[in-house]
Amino acid sequence: MINVVIEISKYLIILLMLVYTYWNFSYFRFGEEERRRRVCRRQNAAMFLLHFIAYLILYLKTEDERIVLFYLAQVVFFAAYVGLSGIFYRNVSRLLVNNMCILLCVGFIILTRLSFVRAVRQFLIVAVSALVTWIIPFVMDRVWQLCRLPWLYGIVGLGLLAVVYGVGNNSFGAQLSVTVAGVAFQPSEFVKISFVFFVAAMYYRSTDFRTVMATTAVAAAHVLVLVCSRDLGSALLFFVTYVAMLFVATSNYLYLLAGMAGGCGAGMLAYALFSHVRVRVEAWINPWADIDNRGYQITQSLFAIGTGGWFGMGLYQGMPYRIPVVEKDFAFAAISEELGGVFALCVLLVCLGCFLQFVMLAGRMQAVFYKLVAFGLAVEYMVQVILTVGGVIKFIPSTGVTLPLVSYGGSSILSTFILFGVMQGLYILKENEEEYEERAAGC
Amino acid sequence: MKREQPDVRTNRSMMLVTYLLVAVFVGMVGYFGYFLQAESGHVINNSYNARLDRFADRIVRGQILGSDGRMLAGTQTGEDGAEVRVYPYGSLFAHVVGYSDRGKTGLEALANFYLLSSHVNLVEKTINELSGVKNIGDNVITTLDVDLQQVAWDALGERNGAVVVMEPDTGKILAMVSRPSFDPNTLAADWDSLVSGDSTQARLLNRAAQGVYPPGSTFKLVTMLAYIREHPDTWPDMEFDCSGQFRHEDYTISCYHGNAHGHQTIRQAFANSCNGAFASLGLRLNLARMKELTDQLLFNAELPLAFAYSKSSYSMGADAGSWEILQTSIGQGSTQMTPMHNAMITAAIANGGVLMKPYLVDRVESAAGEVWEKFLPESSGSLMSAREAQELSGLMRQVVTEGTGSAVRTDAYEVAGKTGSAEFETGKETHAWFTGFAPVDHPEIVVTVVVEESGSGGQVAAPVARSIFDTYFSR
Repeated sequence: MINVVIEISKYLIILLMLVYTYWNFSYFRFGEEERRRRVCRRQNAAMFLLHFIAYLILYLKTEDERIVLFYLAQVVFFAAYVGLSGIFYRNVSRLLVNNMCILLCVGFIILTRLSFVRAVRQFLIVAVSALVTWIIPFVMDRVWQLCRLPWLYGIVGLGLLAVVYGVGNNSFGAQLSVTVAGVAFQPSEFVKISFVFFVAAMYYRSTDFRTVMATTAVAAAHVLVLVCSRDLGSALLFFVTYVAMLFVATSNYLYLLAGMAGGCGAGMLAYALFSHVRVRVEAWINPWADIDNRGYQITQSLFAIGTGGWFGMGLYQGMPYRIPVVEKDFAFAAISEELGGVFALCVLLVCLGCFLQFVMLAGRMQAVFYKLVAFGLAVEYMVQVILTVGGVIKFIPSTGVTLPLVSYGGSSILSTFILFGVMQGLYILKENEEEYEERAAGC
Repeated sequence: MKREQPDVRTNRSMMLVTYLLVAVFVGMVGYFGYFLQAESGHVINNSYNARLDRFADRIVRGQILGSDGRMLAGTQTGEDGAEVRVYPYGSLFAHVVGYSDRGKTGLEALANFYLLSSHVNLVEKTINELSGVKNIGDNVITTLDVDLQQVAWDALGERNGAVVVMEPDTGKILAMVSRPSFDPNTLAADWDSLVSGDSTQARLLNRAAQGVYPPGSTFKLVTMLAYIREHPDTWPDMEFDCSGQFRHEDYTISCYHGNAHGHQTIRQAFANSCNGAFASLGLRLNLARMKELTDQLLFNAELPLAFAYSKSSYSMGADAGSWEILQTSIGQGSTQMTPMHNAMITAAIANGGVLMKPYLVDRVESAAGEVWEKFLPESSGSLMSAREAQELSGLMRQVVTEGTGSAVRTDAYEVAGKTGSAEFETGKETHAWFTGFAPVDHPEIVVTVVVEESGSGGQVAAPVARSIFDTYFSR
């Protein structure tokens, strides 16, 4: 009997996610604020229902009472986060808040299934991150000097990366984290943000050749330190983000072409110089040749996704735990295996939705600095999604980055919360401004 | 700064970057969908995928059937719900069908995913789910011909060896016998003796695809092809005087049992399998081109087979010494090949030079008999030109009409073939080989036989092939 319940609930979860995703895009059909709010409220309903069904299954399968408590804590958190956002920040983007919540919700579900202890840790980090980043829109509304500190962003960012390179902990052959007071941080997650601020602040000042050279030199230094730390995913992420921002700031196609050509050249050089790059590429081209060793992770991931198929195995019916580091870099494979390919596609579309919202926001911003910040972070977010998911499904070589808000990892969560916080800040800034203008026009 | 004029070009540039990223994203989503829809089936059917074992909790493993529908493997469920895998033909199909209890081999491994997928109709599936009854897995219908398998098995008798029978124009494998064998029904009980037995026994080894043997005179097909390729127009003119022993430098190559063949044209030398003639022919070959040819014929390479096999090996390079050349040209020396590989080369000769990918699974049907997946013949590329295949075919026909292949000489059908007697240890009997096809004009089946340590190919292996041809053409 329980099999039937799980089977039916599996399709219900997929249906709810489909409906949520549909509303995520149909939102833009409506102009009036009231109808948009109604769509968002429906999204909330779908999310809470999906959340409930998933945790019901998790509970039925494990009969662990702690899961009930954990579920209730999450419900309180989501309700408070959605509710208070609207009250504190009148002009907050509800759609963006919802998208954060659904991605977090998916992350909690799959993490609870993989490891209860880690799910609880993740929840605590999310709660703290939400609290800490709450203030970001408030600060951005009042402190406009943020654009004045390019060298501070540049030097602090580069310094942090250098520290990781010098004294970082080694994990899977890459230096990613430093331990401070017993807590392991991954500074590159935060430098991602400061880097975008640095580039935006530089090009806000000027886009003459000297500034371009200076900025490019510092950006290249970021990328080089990351390559030396063998953090290839981040290096690629920084690189693409920089080229995109440079092009948008200057609208000079030569820079775009030079950036793309340079990227290809650097890629080939890295392939020739570094054995760990070759290993990744070979494991991508033919993982089956070395299935016991280098190809193990990606082939297990493909088994998981393939066996799950379009509709998934159902929670606790698959074997996602057989994929190494499944809760971090390969969370997408676990989602696809147990919740289904359709569900995983919806998750991707929600990510795409976030990106498009970011880009629209960047388009609406008037101030160059804010425009560049919004666009830089948007590109960074999208490239990260493509890198992680592409690696998991063997679309591109695996680079070991996380799926924002879904994957397990404290630094990744906090930095993504900062990213979304900045975006909310810009959104609120813009909405307030337009409201003010309308009122002024009305007088 | 908040009031700065925005640059229209900036937004246009942003759109371009956005389009680029969205294009990559769409490509990725497309790939994901393609993988799920088209590729995943082949990918997940892998022995490293532990997930498939979990399917067995909800699905009764399907049956493996012969091409005429006779059951080769099936699952019996006892009253207590315990499932037993049964193999009605015992050791007859042991290697090709394989087993599924101690790991999986043969078709049990190859078709694992299909056997554990169920396509019973949705209503039945739902009722089964509700009542907690397992669904019945799909049946796999193979290309195997039970009668031919039985004849090949009987013809080998108690001797060790292997037989491969396939269709050259489709690649369908009709029979694959390996002796000594084991009984998969009592595998668990026999396991210890199976794995600890002495190496000449190696009963678990599928000799047809995994056993490597010196090819002996069947390799003269390759030497001959190399010579034809170097002398496309003048090769039939070559002649040789055989005294039973061919001397070169300090080395001597003897014909089988020291028979003196006398004056021989190249056609006669091939038909009589004259070692001296081919050793001397080998000395005239361009060794680099010979290596190229063996590469093209899939020595030292992966074979287009979905089941477990061993690679054949050929190691003679351009700098080889005389002794190595003499030995290698007549199929002795360090060259090793599997019966399956020999059958594939023969099949290519029979099929105008084109190798069809050998396969074992014809189709997958649901328990109700509805065809769910059908496998079609697939070309694996050309091993030689049509003309070369034609020449070799003619030479092989002469082996049967005038030479060592007299055992398959009959008026009922026309066979083309090549015998071989491969020395593998001094003082022991040779391994007997036969590889050939019939009818010579419109080849329908290829038969390759190896009988270990038993004598000459013409006297021992060819009669085994004869009984298979007889059975096939008497229908």
